[in-house]
Amino acid sequence: MLKVNDINVFYGSIHAIKGVSFEVNKGEIVTLIGANGAGKSTILNTVSGLLKSKTGSITFIDKTISNIVPHKIVAAGLAQVPEGRRVFLGMTVEENLEMGAFTRKANEISEDMDSVYVRFPRLKERRKQIAGTLSGGEQQMLAMGRALMSKPELLMLDEPSMGLAPILVEQIFDIIKELNAAGTTILLVEQNAQMALSIADRGYVLETGKIVTSAKASDLLNNDAVKKAYLGG
Amino acid sequence: MSLVFSQLINGLQSGSIYALIAIGYSMVYGIILLLNFAHGDIIMVGAYVAWLVVVNLSLPPALAIALAIIACTLLGVVIEKVAYSPLRKAPRLSLLITAIGISFLLENLAQLKFGAGAKNVPALITGPALDIGGQHIGFTAVLTIIVSVVAMIGLTFLIRKTKMGKAMRAVSEDMGTAQLMGINVNSTISFTFAVGSALAGIGSVLYSCAYPQAAPTMGSMLGLKAFVAAVLGGIGSIPGAMIGGFAIGIAEAIVSAIGLSVWKDGVVFAILIIVLIFKPTGIMGKKINEKV
Repeated sequence: MLKVNDINVFYGSIHAIKGVSFEVNKGEIVTLIGANGAGKSTILNTVSGLLKSKTGSITFIDKTISNIVPHKIVAAGLAQVPEGRRVFLGMTVEENLEMGAFTRKANEISEDMDSVYVRFPRLKERRKQIAGTLSGGEQQMLAMGRALMSKPELLMLDEPSMGLAPILVEQIFDIIKELNAAGTTILLVEQNAQMALSIADRGYVLETGKIVTSAKASDLLNNDAVKKAYLGG
Repeated sequence: MSLVFSQLINGLQSGSIYALIAIGYSMVYGIILLLNFAHGDIIMVGAYVAWLVVVNLSLPPALAIALAIIACTLLGVVIEKVAYSPLRKAPRLSLLITAIGISFLLENLAQLKFGAGAKNVPALITGPALDIGGQHIGFTAVLTIIVSVVAMIGLTFLIRKTKMGKAMRAVSEDMGTAQLMGINVNSTISFTFAVGSALAGIGSVLYSCAYPQAAPTMGSMLGLKAFVAAVLGGIGSIPGAMIGGFAIGIAEAIVSAIGLSVWKDGVVFAILIIVLIFKPTGIMGKKINEKV
């Protein structure tokens, strides 16, 4: 479904992503794991079109997306929940969800908004509230609900566990599994490798901008390279 | 009493024009963090368009009003596309210098084309003076205040309730994330310039009702005062720009009322200095936490 082929991304003269290739098949949960600064978010932002790769190509459902603008990539069915949630703090919960459905017609979204509210009942209680007043866990739910409003084929999640209490992390990961079971393909970026690998089908290990290992998630859980990527030795 | 009343009306009249222009400053600042110093000169272009249509082409004033507003709107959008959008990734200082350059360009083009002297713009809108509680108020003063308030209500509705308005708020809060929502940032920015410039166009028509002249540099002082209004209200805040505009207009009127009309401009800039020293975020502005 998503095929990333040999991308190289630079920040000025810094070579952040060095010839990365990977793919995500329909129905899978694939995780990109790696330490802080390994380039995980850079890869997602390149797939989303916010950053450009100097080389290679990215294709999504048989369509090259590496040279099109971000808003068209969203319209093609690829949504991202960015790192740090990045909900619109000055807008209400409901307005945030509306923004998630920006590429769709206003009269088609009320059903999907209801289903987001069924999945995240807390958001329904707070739907007229300004997002800046929500707790971290609620903001993460809002960020996920907002991304779902575009009806994505592939949902990319960037560090959904960041800054959340363990019980909330588990809840968020359960929701990711449910979304996957309901037919959404997932690309999950995580520092919390243990958690990510426990729900993923396959995983790629990223180290300073390069993929060093890839395997079935269950194999990676016991792999030395994975331990190395996290313990820094 | 009657002097105080008429000065208050004067203050509200010029204040509502400042407010309309200040909104444009604040909208643009809110979305791309640019102090668009060419914004005041758009008003000048509007005034010349009105003059051209009425005097040179001898067409009816209603057409002049419509064309002036349309010209201002298009000019704002074209300036953004040609001058600012290529600098989207450039440092903010480059953008600011470009805006000042565009301001000089417009003023000098006007001088080249129409000469340095002022042109008289015939009255675009006329009507009988109104009698409120024994006080005579000029028709254009009342009209200016009403039109401005209606425009501001319309704008508030646009920003609060429409899809495009919400997109503007999303882009101004977080441009990167707005793109991840599927919002076309470039067209949202163009739309912001169009709305801000249309308000400046309305301001231009209302201004020429009070001061029926078109001159190459007329926009610079007007623009600066509206800029002060935007800063006073809190740059980036649209309700702030409205409040700031009225406050500046009334401050000027008070200074004139107590016989210090030569200090009219000075007071406005004194307000700017005081705001920048004691409350740089203005009345409604938010404290911005720089990301580390």
